[in-house]
Amino acid sequence: MWLMYLKVFLVGGFICMLGQILLIKTNITSSRILVLFVVIGAIMEAFGLYEPIVNFAGAGATVPITGFGRSLAKGVIDAIKSQGFLGVFTGGLTATAGGIAAAVLFAYIFALIFNSKTKKY
Amino acid sequence: MEDKNFFEKYQAYVEAKTPKTKSFPTLIYAYLVGGLICMLGQGIYDSLLAIFPTMTTEEANAWMLIGLIFLASLLTGLGVYDRIGIFAGAGSVVPITGFSNSIASPAIEYKKEGIIYGLCVKMFSIAGPVIVNGLAISIIIGIIYLFL
Repeated sequence: MWLMYLKVFLVGGFICMLGQILLIKTNITSSRILVLFVVIGAIMEAFGLYEPIVNFAGAGATVPITGFGRSLAKGVIDAIKSQGFLGVFTGGLTATAGGIAAAVLFAYIFALIFNSKTKKY
Repeated sequence: MEDKNFFEKYQAYVEAKTPKTKSFPTLIYAYLVGGLICMLGQGIYDSLLAIFPTMTTEEANAWMLIGLIFLASLLTGLGVYDRIGIFAGAGSVVPITGFSNSIASPAIEYKKEGIIYGLCVKMFSIAGPVIVNGLAISIIIGIIYLFL
């Protein structure tokens, strides 16, 4: 049980540290890191390289944005198995619909409630 | 010749003025914060499976991500998440909470330009590229998979 949490921490933290290394070494913006990690996650899943990490580290691999890419690729492959060619178009968004819808909905609600803070740092 | 010299000087000036994310400690902060967010996710996941015995692992995973997204949006609204971001760098960007923050933050910021043209348009200024590229790569993967 606690070993699992240790694995989650080590793997999840490691993926974030890779992002931080990119930030330091290349000065790329954080939005490009998000794009890059999603694409890497999707490609790794397609080659079957990401699934072992998920089995090993659970949320340590599904919570980082690479897990979002993994869902896209996994969704497409699963949808092709059940729907054939149509799955190419429906699979990716179906698998990630929950996350995208939640992010849009909560952002909408909280943006209506809260005003932007004056930055003091 | 002088123009070229000027250009080089300007480049050096820009280089000197560009805020750089510095040094080794930020790596450790990113590791710590990123790892802790993932552990929080695992905690939600295990709790869900314990509370609802009929729930499948995939459902629990989806609810866990939605929970984290909710928390990150709320913390962004309260102005807390941006403070964590200064401290943690990529540790707050790479987890799914960073994706949520990248939608909520511009939405709140541009609310003053109107609901439709401010909030709703700018909401996707960072998440848009992520979704577009992610979707494109998933379609490419799908087509390759289909013909293999």
